[in-house]
Amino acid sequence: MTTVATDAVMDYDEAMRKFDPVMGLEVHVELHTATKMFCGCPTEFGAEPNSQVCPVCLGLPGALPVVNEKAVESAIRIGLALNCEIAEWCRFARKNYFYPDMPKNFQTSQYDEPIAFEGHLDVELEDGSTYRVEIERAHMEEDTGKSLHIGGATGRIHGADHSLVDYNRAGIPLIEIVTKPMVGAGERAPEVAKAYVSALRELLRALDVSDVKMEQGSMRCDANVSLRPHVGDPLSEEQLAVPLGTRTETKNVNSLRSVERAVRYEISRHAAILDGGGSILQETRHWHEDTGITTSGRVKSDAEDYRYFPEPDLVPVAPTRETVDALRGTLPEPPGLRRKRLQSDWGYSDLEMRDVVNAGAVELIEETVAAGASAAAARKWWLGEPSRRANAEGQDIVTYAAGLGLTPAHVAELDGLVASGRLNDSMARQVLDGVLAGEGTPTAVADARGLELVQDDGALEAAVDKVIEANPDVAAKIRDGKVAAAGALIGQVMKEMKGQADAGKARELILAKLQ
Amino acid sequence: MTDLPTDLTRATAAGLADALASGAISSVEVTQAHLDRIVAVDGQVHSYLHVDGAGALAQARSVDDRRRAGETLGALAGVPIAVKDVMTTKGLPTTCGSRILEGWVPPYDATVVTKLRQAGLPILGKTNMDEFAMGSSTEHSAYGPSHNPWDLDRIPGGSGGGSSSVLASFQAPLATGTDTGGSIRQPAAVTATVGTKPTYGGVSRYGLVALASSLDQAGPCGRTVLDTALLHAVMGGHDPMDSTSIDAPVPPVVEAARAADVRGMRIGVVKELGGEGYQPGVRARFDESVALLQELGAEVVEVSCPNFEYALAAYYLILPSEASSNLAKFDAMRYGMRVQPDGVDAPSAEQVMAATRDAGFGPEVKRRIILGTYALSSGYYDAYYGSAQKVRALIAQDFASAYDKVDVLVSPTAPTTAFKLGDKLEDPMAMYLNDIATIPANLAGVPGMSIPSGLADEDGLPAGIQILAPATKDERLYSVGAALEAALVDRWGGPILDRAPELGVAAAAKGA
Repeated sequence: MTTVATDAVMDYDEAMRKFDPVMGLEVHVELHTATKMFCGCPTEFGAEPNSQVCPVCLGLPGALPVVNEKAVESAIRIGLALNCEIAEWCRFARKNYFYPDMPKNFQTSQYDEPIAFEGHLDVELEDGSTYRVEIERAHMEEDTGKSLHIGGATGRIHGADHSLVDYNRAGIPLIEIVTKPMVGAGERAPEVAKAYVSALRELLRALDVSDVKMEQGSMRCDANVSLRPHVGDPLSEEQLAVPLGTRTETKNVNSLRSVERAVRYEISRHAAILDGGGSILQETRHWHEDTGITTSGRVKSDAEDYRYFPEPDLVPVAPTRETVDALRGTLPEPPGLRRKRLQSDWGYSDLEMRDVVNAGAVELIEETVAAGASAAAARKWWLGEPSRRANAEGQDIVTYAAGLGLTPAHVAELDGLVASGRLNDSMARQVLDGVLAGEGTPTAVADARGLELVQDDGALEAAVDKVIEANPDVAAKIRDGKVAAAGALIGQVMKEMKGQADAGKARELILAKLQ
Repeated sequence: MTDLPTDLTRATAAGLADALASGAISSVEVTQAHLDRIVAVDGQVHSYLHVDGAGALAQARSVDDRRRAGETLGALAGVPIAVKDVMTTKGLPTTCGSRILEGWVPPYDATVVTKLRQAGLPILGKTNMDEFAMGSSTEHSAYGPSHNPWDLDRIPGGSGGGSSSVLASFQAPLATGTDTGGSIRQPAAVTATVGTKPTYGGVSRYGLVALASSLDQAGPCGRTVLDTALLHAVMGGHDPMDSTSIDAPVPPVVEAARAADVRGMRIGVVKELGGEGYQPGVRARFDESVALLQELGAEVVEVSCPNFEYALAAYYLILPSEASSNLAKFDAMRYGMRVQPDGVDAPSAEQVMAATRDAGFGPEVKRRIILGTYALSSGYYDAYYGSAQKVRALIAQDFASAYDKVDVLVSPTAPTTAFKLGDKLEDPMAMYLNDIATIPANLAGVPGMSIPSGLADEDGLPAGIQILAPATKDERLYSVGAALEAALVDRWGGPILDRAPELGVAAAAKGA
C-alpha cells in the first residue's frame, strides 16, 4: 500500500473546547424490491456480473424507463415513518454527469421535488436522552453500476491498469435520506451521528423495505462535517447564531462504528487546520476503515454542475390522499415505542435495555424469548460471549451470529438445558463455545463433550467432606456464622468434581454440615 | 377496388393489401419487386442506409405460408415497409445516421418494429436521416444525403428524407418516421407524399433513439391518406414500456380515411403561419386547398395563435437541452464506435469518451449538444430552459383556445418547396426556419399531417398542406386529409407522383 500523508489532528477534547461541530448526514438505502427502479431486472445481491441487465438498465439507445410502483410505495412509507410531508405531485429529474458506471451518463433522481420532505427522527442516545434529527428530504433515485479497478495499489481508479464495470447494481432503487444541519450536539456529535444511522437502520428494517446491510452496501452513509468557533453552550443562542463553517463530505462510511469514528476524525482534523489558521477545502473525503483516517477525494467546486432538469421520459408521481393514508396504515410500531413495550414485557432495567439496543440484539432476544427462553437468560447469553466476539470482529451481532449459524432457537435450547438442571452456567458457556465453533446444536455439543451435571449426591457429599477436612480453618469460620466463607469451599468442591456439579447443591451441603 | 398496376411498386399499400388478401399476388412477389426497384434506383436517391433483402423475403415467405395455412392476418400483412434508422431493429444495424453508432446491431426491437413484425410487414431496410434526426434535409447524415426524386439536386426534407424519398421513388409503399419538429411532415411536403405525426403518446417511443423525449413522436408515412391511416393503426396503441404512452385505443383513423368527409367541420386557417417568408407557389396551392375544403362542405375561418411566433425560439432551447442529455450515453464504453485519443499512451475512460464523441458526432449534433448543455447550466436554466417551458405552455393555450372555435387547423406544411442540396448547410438558422409551421404541434403534443397540395408554379416542385387536430383526435386529420386528397387527385386527373420525373433506371443499374 502506498503511504498516504497523514494529516495533523487535534486532541478531541481540545477541539471541543475551541469549536462547535455541525453535521449533515446523507444516507442511501437500496430498496429490496424484487425488480429494479425502472425495469424488470432482478435485484439480488452477488449474482454473476452483468447477468441482471436489460436494454433499460444498460441505457441502450432507445430504451425507456418505467417507474417501479413498489419502490414508490416504499419511498412513501419511509417518508411517513420519518414524519415527512408526502408530495402530492413530484417529478423525477436527470442528474447529468459522465462516469463509466452510469449507463446513460445521467442518473434518474429527484431534484427540487422530492417525494418526502420536512420530517424528523427522534434518536435515543446512550444516556437515555433524546436528540431530534430534522430530515430535509427523502427522494427516489437509481443506483449506478459498480466499478472494479484492476491493478494499481489502492483499488481506486487512480493508478489502476484498467477497470471493469458490473451493471447488475445499475438501476436498483435507492432512497436518499438527507438531514438538515445537525446542530447542538456538541461533543456528542460522533455519538449522535452513530445513533441516528442506527435508529434509521432500525426503522428501515422494521419497515421491511431494505436489507440495510451496511457491509454489502445496501445502506451507505456520507457524513458532512463542519466546525464553527465555540462561543458557548452547544444549544445556546449565541452558539446557534454563529455561521456554519466550510464542510467536507466523507463518502461511503459503511458501518455504525465507522460513522462515529469518521465524524470524530474529521472534527479533529478540521480543528487542527482551523486552529493553525488554515481554511477547510470543500471536498469529498475517502474513509479508510483500516487506519481510521480520511484522505482527500475530489474537490467540490462551484464548477460542478449537474444540469438537472425534469425527466421527460417519465410522468409525474402523484399519489392520492387515499393511497398515502392506506400506506400510513401499513407502518409498523415505531421502534422507540416498540422498545418501551418490550422493555416492560421483559422486565429489563433502563440500563439493561440500553445495552441490548446498543448491541443490536433486540430482535434476537425477541425471537429467543419467543422460542421459550426467559427474557433474563436471553439477554445474558446474547450479550455475553457472542456479543464480545462480534465486537472483537468489528461486526454487528446479527451478522456475526448469522455467519456462525447461531440462532435464537439455539440460545433458547441452551437456556432450557440450564433450567432443566442438566447444565450449570460454566458448562453452558462451554456448550455455547461449541455451538460458536460450529459443533452443532447445544444438546449435540453437550452430548459430544460429555457435559452433564453429576446428579449422584453420594459423590458430591464425599467431595464436600474431603474439602471440609482439608480446610479446617475455613470450616471453623463458617461454624462461627461467616457464611460468606463458604464460597472458597464451593470452588474447591467444583474443582474436585471437575466442574460437573451443581454449585447450589454443594453450597447447601456445606452449610448443612457446618451449622 | 382498383386494378393493381403491372408494376407492383406503383401500387398503393391498400391496393397491395387487398390483392394479397385475395391471393392475387404473394408477399414474396411484392417484396422482390421492391428489392429490384431498390437495386435499380437507390444508387441515385440514396434512401436506404441498409437493405435487408434476405430478411424481408424470409418475412414475406412466412406471411405467405401463414396465409396459405388459413391464418387470419392483419390488414397490411405481406406489404413491405422501410423503417427509419432511428428505430432499433434486432439483428439489423441501427445508426441514426451517425458514425458513433456505426456497426451497432441492437439486441432488441423497438415496440413499433415489434408491431410491424407481428402485423406481417416485411422490413426492406433502414432509411437515411439527418444524424440523430437533427436537420431538415438529410444533409447531416454521416452517410451522405438522400436526394429528392423530383429533382435529384434537391433535398428530400429531413430528418426523415430517407423515408420520404423511398416513397416518392417507389422503393417501398410504406415507411416509418419520427417527428420532433417536423421530421415526418416537412419531408412529406417536399416530396408530395403523406406523413402523420400522431398525438404525443399515441405511438410508443420505446426503441426510438431519443432526440428530444418530450417532442419525439413516431408516425406513419405513405403515398395516400388511406395507406398512412392503415399504417397508423398498426403502429399506434398503448405500450407499457413507454410511460408517456397513452392508455387508450388507437383513434379510428382508417374509418375516417375511408369516410373522407368534411361536411360540417369547422376549419381554422392559422393567421401566423403563411405570411412573410412563404413562397408564393406554396401559398397559392394552400389557398386553393382551403377553397376546395370549403367547396366540400367545411366552414373555414381565420384563427390567431399569437404565441406561435416564439415557438421556434422555445423549441431550440428545449430540444438541445433534452438532446444534450439523451446523447450523453454515446460514450464508447458499451457499444458503438470507440476512438483512442492521439498521442496518449494509456488514455483514461474520460479521454476515450472525449475522443470518440469528437470523432463520432457531426457538426450539427455538436452544435446542439453545446447549446443544450449551456441552456441547462445553473445560472442559465431559468432564463433559457425555464422560459422556453413557459412559452410551451402558452403555445398549448393558443391551441386550446383555437380548438374551442374550430375542429382542425390548417397551414402550409413548410414555407418553401425543396431547396438545393448545400444551399442552407452553412446557415443553421435558415435550415431551422423550414420547420416554423410544424414545430408548434410538437411543443403542444397535438397531432399533425401533411398531404400534397400541388406543385408550385415558380419551380414545379411539390408543396404540402398541414392539418392539425386536438390531442387524441387524430382521426380528424384523416377525415380532412382524405377528403381533400380525393378532390385534388380528381382535379389533377391522377396521383401527383405520376408527374414526378422518371428516374434513370438504366443508369442506376450500370452504377450498381
